[in-house]
Amino acid sequence: MQDVVLSQNRNPVTVAAVKLLKPELFLLFSGKVEVSLESDESVFTVFSLEASQPASLPAEDISTNSNGPKQDLLFDDDPEDLFAEATEEVSLDSPERDVLLSDGPSFYCFQMNLKVCFFVQIEEEEGGDSFDIHISVSEPREVGDFMFFLSPSSRQTSMSLFKQKDFSVKRRFSDFLGLHSKLASKYLHIGYIVPPAPEKSIVGMTKVKVGKEDQSSNEFVEKRRSALERYLMRTVKHPILLKDPDVLQFLESSEQRWTPANGNKAADAVNKMTIKMNESDAVKAAAFENLDVQLRKLHASVKLSVNTAQFAKSAAMLGNSEDHTALSRALSQLAEVEEKIDQLHQDQANGDFYLFSELRGLRTTGVFEHRMKTWQKWQDSQMLLQKKREAEAKLQFTNKPDKLQQAKDEIKELEGKVQQGERDFEQISKTIRKEVSRFEKERVKDFKTIIVKYLESLVLTQQQLIKYWEAFLPEAKAIS
Amino acid sequence: LKNIKMTENLSKMMQKCQKIPDFLSKFAQNWSGVIKNVSKMSTLPNFKQNEFSVVRQHEEFIWLHDSFVENEEYAGYIIPPAPPRPDFDASREKLQKLGEGEGSMTKEEFTKMKQELEAEYLAIFKKTVAMHEVFLCRVAAHPVLRKDLNFHVFLEYNQDLSVRGKNKKEKLEDFFKNVVKSADGVLVAGVKDVDDFFEHEKTFLLEYHNRVKDASAKSDRMIRSHKNAADDINRIASSLYTLGTQDSTDLCKFFLKVSELFEKTRKIEARVAADEDLKLADLLKYYLRESQAAKDLLYRRSRALVDYENANKALDKARAKNRDVLQAETSQQLCCHKFEKISESAKQELIDFKTRRVAAFRKNLVELAELELKHAKGNLQLLQSCLGVLKGNT
Repeated sequence: MQDVVLSQNRNPVTVAAVKLLKPELFLLFSGKVEVSLESDESVFTVFSLEASQPASLPAEDISTNSNGPKQDLLFDDDPEDLFAEATEEVSLDSPERDVLLSDGPSFYCFQMNLKVCFFVQIEEEEGGDSFDIHISVSEPREVGDFMFFLSPSSRQTSMSLFKQKDFSVKRRFSDFLGLHSKLASKYLHIGYIVPPAPEKSIVGMTKVKVGKEDQSSNEFVEKRRSALERYLMRTVKHPILLKDPDVLQFLESSEQRWTPANGNKAADAVNKMTIKMNESDAVKAAAFENLDVQLRKLHASVKLSVNTAQFAKSAAMLGNSEDHTALSRALSQLAEVEEKIDQLHQDQANGDFYLFSELRGLRTTGVFEHRMKTWQKWQDSQMLLQKKREAEAKLQFTNKPDKLQQAKDEIKELEGKVQQGERDFEQISKTIRKEVSRFEKERVKDFKTIIVKYLESLVLTQQQLIKYWEAFLPEAKAIS
Repeated sequence: LKNIKMTENLSKMMQKCQKIPDFLSKFAQNWSGVIKNVSKMSTLPNFKQNEFSVVRQHEEFIWLHDSFVENEEYAGYIIPPAPPRPDFDASREKLQKLGEGEGSMTKEEFTKMKQELEAEYLAIFKKTVAMHEVFLCRVAAHPVLRKDLNFHVFLEYNQDLSVRGKNKKEKLEDFFKNVVKSADGVLVAGVKDVDDFFEHEKTFLLEYHNRVKDASAKSDRMIRSHKNAADDINRIASSLYTLGTQDSTDLCKFFLKVSELFEKTRKIEARVAADEDLKLADLLKYYLRESQAAKDLLYRRSRALVDYENANKALDKARAKNRDVLQAETSQQLCCHKFEKISESAKQELIDFKTRRVAAFRKNLVELAELELKHAKGNLQLLQSCLGVLKGNT
């Protein structure tokens, strides 16, 4: 059941608050807004925000302080207070920012066109997985110089990890990659599944760097932005990773460039680890790799696009030279239809590539190998212990007391090592088991969401196709 | 009206061959000379029987076409273009690749691709048969050509016509003839025609022919890419299937459902490409050949005109010298008669050509649009129902 409470225009901005009962949802936003709510998923999209309050901050200065007092508003149950303070909303961003809508069980953060920032939080039911942090990655400000702004906002009551309650930092794409390699080097070997970072894409980046201001490079930027956002969300959802000092520093530190402490060499070593997993994982990995290759082949659809465009031009020329008027017109129309279809194909191919690159991120990598290594280490020290014991037994019959003592000392040390090795192995196994089950749960959800989104994009494509051909049919019939 | 039907004995061949290599070899042998069963019913009085069937090879069709071209009587008509040689090279290549790559793909994939290839062979076969059929129908529909003796022999003589393919010498002769003809054509084309109608037709046909050629080539490429894209979906479907069969978790069931969906959409995409091929590419190819035939007609007319003008000049000269006047007169009259005859029939032919062309384009474009719509709607329905199931399960 949802209550929508709209209050009239306050000075000078209209404020509305929406409160959902299950799950709890507080939404604070200002301006005229259309909200559509889908009750089964508590997902909603917000469109066309207009705030009559002009921009008051220059784009450069991402002020974090001014959000402070507002924070209290969000979590205040009393609508009246919300309204009272709403007019003090401060602008945060440059005007070009579009609406962001990001997935996540708890939070939606919007940064609207007109420099109004507001947050939405869903509190989950008692006993559920309550998760209070949301990170949004907003559009990069400068083309060619990918700066991302992270704006986590947290509930001041439960999370004391963050020094500030909300803040924005600038990060480059390479910083994200650096964070990932740092985490991988730290955690993979003890069995934690570190979420993989989004892919580099030379084609996309070059296009953007060249300054090509067209739809496909905008899409590329958008896809990258959302991929980075998902990456960060996955990272912070992980209870251990969230507490990692590197992650915290990444999220909070206002340094221009966040660089990992020990460069990228360790990271590369981690990344180079071959996938020598146990049987089923190897098969799964191979199957995913296969998917990978096939999806690259889907870029043969790029070729289709080129050929379609060429045909369209050729058909237009043919239409020009045709001297029967109606047929000539129909041929020109055909050329137009093919051009539009070409554009459709291109958009689809873009969508395909990014959605499926997300799929590849759903693999578990590396953890199993580490487990094998740990096991090996344990076994090795056990064997060594055995040998030492045998040697000691032999020494018993000789008359070398000091050597005997030495052997006994070594044995004691080794016994300790063996025990430690066993503990390590059990620990990593336990961790991996937990991780894998958590991962599986997440993965299933993720995968399904991704695939569903992809299919929905396919639906849109087909609907467009139908529109185009339906428009063409009467033209063809009109030939006489 | 005469109905000409062609039946295929392909299904018989396919039944005999179980494995692809067999299928290919038998098929290939039969296609080195195309064999068709031609059966027709006729209500024309000058046919001895009403219904008969003969077997003809591709070479025999070519022979018939060439006999029309070489017949002076038919100079004033657009000779229906000869059907193209059956071309299985592309499919043969694919088959070879399939055989080589057999080790690297799963059994299901292999079977699937084999079936696809067989379907492709069948499709090409059917198309070729259809094109031969169109040729014969065109001839049968033409008021003058249908009475041609060779045509009747072609249809009725129930034994091999013993038409051998051209040997090397003859092929060389043909080649030279073509060179001469194109050189001549350029010269003749330069002659400006007094008659507006023909002058317009000449310019029009020249440009049109070139553009149709370009459009035909580009449409072929586009449709090939389309088929390749459809094949890609197949591979994805296989990968998902492999993933889905690994165990029976929820996720795997999900994989299987999606894999199934992709297989179906891929089939539809392949149909779309095939229909585009049929309705668009074939149309353009056909009119490429027809526009060439129309150009040839114009060339013959121009040639006759030049001959006529030359004969006139010769007559004037003869009269001036008062020598061989009668001969020159006869020759001039013949040329005049020939030219006028060609001009008259050419005009009608070109008008008919336009009518036919417009009608054919209309039919094919309408059918193309309808098929595209049908497939897009089918695709849409598949996607939506699958989405419904997937969303319902989560």
